[in-house]
Amino acid sequence: MLTEEEKHEIEEEFKLYPYKSAAAIEALKVVQKHRRWVSDESIKDIAQLLGITPDELDSVATFYNLIYRKPVGRNVIHICNSVSCWVMGYESVLKHLIDHLGITYGQTSSDGRFTLLPVQCLGTCDHAPALMINGDLYRDLTPDIINSILEKYQ
Amino acid sequence: MAKTAKITVDGKTYEVDATKNLLEVCLSLKLDLPYFCWHPAMGSVGACRQCAVKKFRDENDKVGKLFMACMEPIVDGMIISIQDAEAKEFRKGVIEWLMTNHPHDCPVCDEGGECHLQDMTVMTGHDYRRYRFKKRTYKNQYLGPFINHEMNRCIQCYRCVRYYRDYAGGKDFDVFGVHNTVYFGRHEDGVLENEFSGNLVEVCPTGVFTDKTLGKHYTRKWDQTYAPSICVHCSVGCNTIAAERYGLLRRVQSRYNGEVNGYFLCDRGRFGYEFVNSPKRIRKPLRKNKETRQFEELGSEDALKYIRKLLSDSKRIIGIGSARASLESNFTLLSFVEKQNFYWGESDRNIQLIQKQYDILRNGPARTPSLRDIEKCDVVIVLGEDLTNTAPMIALALRQSVRQEPVQSATPYRIPHWQDQAVRELTQDEKGPIFIATPLATRLDEISETYRAAADDIARLGFMVANSFSDRSPLVSGATDEQKKLSGKISEALKKAKRPLIIAGPSLQSEAVIEAAANIANAMITSGKTCELCFTVPEVNSMGMAMMDITHQGIESAFEALKNKPADTLIILENDLYRRAEEQAVDSFLGKFKNVIVLDYLENSTSLKADAVLSSGSFAESDGTFVNNEGRAQRFYQVYDAGENIKESWRWLRDIMLNSGLHEFGKWKILSDFTNALSKAMPVFDGINNITPPPGFRIAGEKIPREPFRYSGRTAMFANKSVHEPKPPEDIDSPLSFTMEGYRGKPPSSIIPFFWSPGWNSQQAINKYQIEIGGALHGGDPGKRLIEPKSGKTPAFFTKIPQAFSPRNGDWFVVPVYHIFGSEELSVNAPGINELTPKPYVMISSEDAGSLGLTSEKQIELEAQGKTYSLPAKLNLGLPKGLIGIPKGLPGMPEIKTGSWVRLKMG
Ligand code: SF4
Ligand code: SF4
Ligand code: FES
Repeated sequence: MLTEEEKHEIEEEFKLYPYKSAAAIEALKVVQKHRRWVSDESIKDIAQLLGITPDELDSVATFYNLIYRKPVGRNVIHICNSVSCWVMGYESVLKHLIDHLGITYGQTSSDGRFTLLPVQCLGTCDHAPALMINGDLYRDLTPDIINSILEKYQ
Repeated sequence: MAKTAKITVDGKTYEVDATKNLLEVCLSLKLDLPYFCWHPAMGSVGACRQCAVKKFRDENDKVGKLFMACMEPIVDGMIISIQDAEAKEFRKGVIEWLMTNHPHDCPVCDEGGECHLQDMTVMTGHDYRRYRFKKRTYKNQYLGPFINHEMNRCIQCYRCVRYYRDYAGGKDFDVFGVHNTVYFGRHEDGVLENEFSGNLVEVCPTGVFTDKTLGKHYTRKWDQTYAPSICVHCSVGCNTIAAERYGLLRRVQSRYNGEVNGYFLCDRGRFGYEFVNSPKRIRKPLRKNKETRQFEELGSEDALKYIRKLLSDSKRIIGIGSARASLESNFTLLSFVEKQNFYWGESDRNIQLIQKQYDILRNGPARTPSLRDIEKCDVVIVLGEDLTNTAPMIALALRQSVRQEPVQSATPYRIPHWQDQAVRELTQDEKGPIFIATPLATRLDEISETYRAAADDIARLGFMVANSFSDRSPLVSGATDEQKKLSGKISEALKKAKRPLIIAGPSLQSEAVIEAAANIANAMITSGKTCELCFTVPEVNSMGMAMMDITHQGIESAFEALKNKPADTLIILENDLYRRAEEQAVDSFLGKFKNVIVLDYLENSTSLKADAVLSSGSFAESDGTFVNNEGRAQRFYQVYDAGENIKESWRWLRDIMLNSGLHEFGKWKILSDFTNALSKAMPVFDGINNITPPPGFRIAGEKIPREPFRYSGRTAMFANKSVHEPKPPEDIDSPLSFTMEGYRGKPPSSIIPFFWSPGWNSQQAINKYQIEIGGALHGGDPGKRLIEPKSGKTPAFFTKIPQAFSPRNGDWFVVPVYHIFGSEELSVNAPGINELTPKPYVMISSEDAGSLGLTSEKQIELEAQGKTYSLPAKLNLGLPKGLIGIPKGLPGMPEIKTGSWVRLKMG
């Protein structure tokens, strides 16, 4: 069940669009803001509020990899694996993350501290390789500076 | 052809339809050009990149550029190449990419041997896998009893989601995820809700969605025996292909008919076939032992002898026909018992209504549209019919009609109408006008403006619309504001319509509804407009029965007549009388005969009461002719020979007649003798003999084979009985053979047993059978329209307007609730359909339930026709006050008359 607060915030979004269903992404973001991820149950609840089917909403939800359909850790690392980052050697950064955290794509560390996810382009190809943690962007990465970055996120 | 253009393909010049896209045009020219995402019924989206061709600026351009043929409009003077080396390489590359994730599981895939992906892979020449890595894998979903899901095989063409959502209006299916892990299915496991989901099997070019019912008794396409057939599960008469092996009916597929069902079927039609394999089948003649009252099996000779004995001391024989039996069978029974003793085995009430509809179509100026015509209508009024449940494919057609008007808005932007994505972006959710007036909510409500009311009020609304076009249709007094507003709106829409259509039917058992529909059409036509008029009828051959020269008396008349003039023998043709009339009345009727002889294929309450039962062939073992609701006579052929104990009813009846010494019927030997005699006796059926080629028809001296030439196992398949290969059965009634031997080219359109063409093993081979893609089959679409409008004559108007419905205190007025899965007699015996059939219930409006203190699923006692029934309640939001919904035909559901008043008692 959506909380009153969530409902209220979603309904605020309706005012900005000609159709309720157009607020789908914003509604997903509202719920994710409160719960850190969007469960199957939430999909049904939001869909009902938007007047669409869960199938239709989930189609949108699963399209965006910044909408989490599974529980995530306290901090989410999005590492860019698109062409520029690949050319500039993101693989060594990734390997470092995997070794250091003991998790790979889609996994969460056992202490619940980090979830590691790939992302297609962070819009900063001129400073590749890049990654993003909880919305903070890090660029021109090399494996040796990773640990100090991770330190900031407990 | 609308606008034509000259184009050059690989050095050859052709004159083509300029309104089509290049892919369609190439396919119409019978050129082989691979494709995936384009579908003739759904247009182009350019998603798969498989249909690439080279396009050249002019003759001097030797380099050219790659274009997607499905996205290219035809331009006069266009020069293209399919064979260009770069184009070929590109197409091969596309397949190779698709294949990187496609499993190597053709041998265990139900699509194998009829897979568009296999065909296209071979066509492009991709024959060697270089990809050596892990393939993407998915979990599959449970999608209900009809469809199997195997997502690993998906090639992301998006056809399924475009079909299910955009074409069929389904909402519980979508595409999930992104880039190389997109997933096509439901949000979670569950039965697909759309009534047309089975078409996914034919729409998906690979083995993601396959026919689960076929999977349970699987046989490869090349190992099945086929026949052109007609769906028997409603009056629309969709054309089907039915397939058999080892005496078991394996599946039903759509048989393309450009004027009727096109590429599709509804799920009742596709999956209802399993009744043919039901344990309730009557496979041998039966005789009831007089002492034990048990049935004993007989051989066909003995059965005929036994019946001769029964008949020899009969003084008067009554025959009861049936609208689920062919014209030929009814006619043979009629010929035997003679007109005054023949009754159409339907309720008197239904007969009046069907007859009225036929008379309106026969004598009036409005044309009855084909299913394809319905799709093209731009304004539609539906009076009283819940089409999804009474004539399903008409509902699917209406989902296309509502797009007629919005799609026009693409023309000024010079967007061709086949540019599906662009047109949908432009038109968004816009819908053309469609108005549905029914007592209960329908599936089509989401695309229409609705009016919830009892039959009389629906009729009044209709009469108001009619009156707005011509005052020869009477004025309705005392209309409500709601009716005034809505009828005004409907009239406005009709005035603007280019191709308006009125649909009605007998479901509500209301003459007034039918008359109102006729008056609208007549009024529009007299005021100088056009208007088409479509009536549904209850069963596959109801319209054929209406057209027959019989007394048009029903069951109750038969009951009455017997009181005055006794008879001793009753012959019942493919009819369960207990579905037509009250139990007691049928009991007492049957009890009055010394001998009751039933011809049928499924055991039912009536056959159980018989003294002798003759094992008739179902549609799968019979030839015959049905007339659909449009008035189109269509032929169906037996798929396989079921041995000497199962015969068409008309053949059994002929044998009975011969046995009884009526030697003149000895000249009725094969189907065409019966059909000829019928059309001679009843000129309305003139020409029905020619809707298929005569039995002597041959091409290059050969018959048309029912089996693909790769059919395997023939010499060994009966080795358990004898090591000698049996002589194949002969088909004396048709130009079809029961084997793979015969002419391998394309047969005439009305006798296509299956679609196949070299290199085209899937259903998409249909392309090769059409004159133009999506248009008529070569030689014209099968069937013959028997009812054409009378122009020039001033039509008669109906003048009796019913009183407005007024609820009664304490009594409820019965309206019928039809179920696509459950209300039809035969299909409910198919396990999958049975699984989706609701349990008996009564439906009460939420408002009434509130005032009665009733909650959903609570048992209520219902008093009807002097009997009390206890049934669980279902609550319904839209049902008007004072009406009660009674489901029709559900197994275990008592028959409670539509239009009667019932009383409720709280438990
Ligand atoms: S499931 Fe079939 S129809 Fe749907 S996208 Fe995949 S291959 Fe195409
Ligand atoms: S609409 Fe009627 S005729 Fe057509 S497939 Fe469905 S049940 Fe059969
Ligand atoms: S068929 Fe042309 S791009 Fe798919």
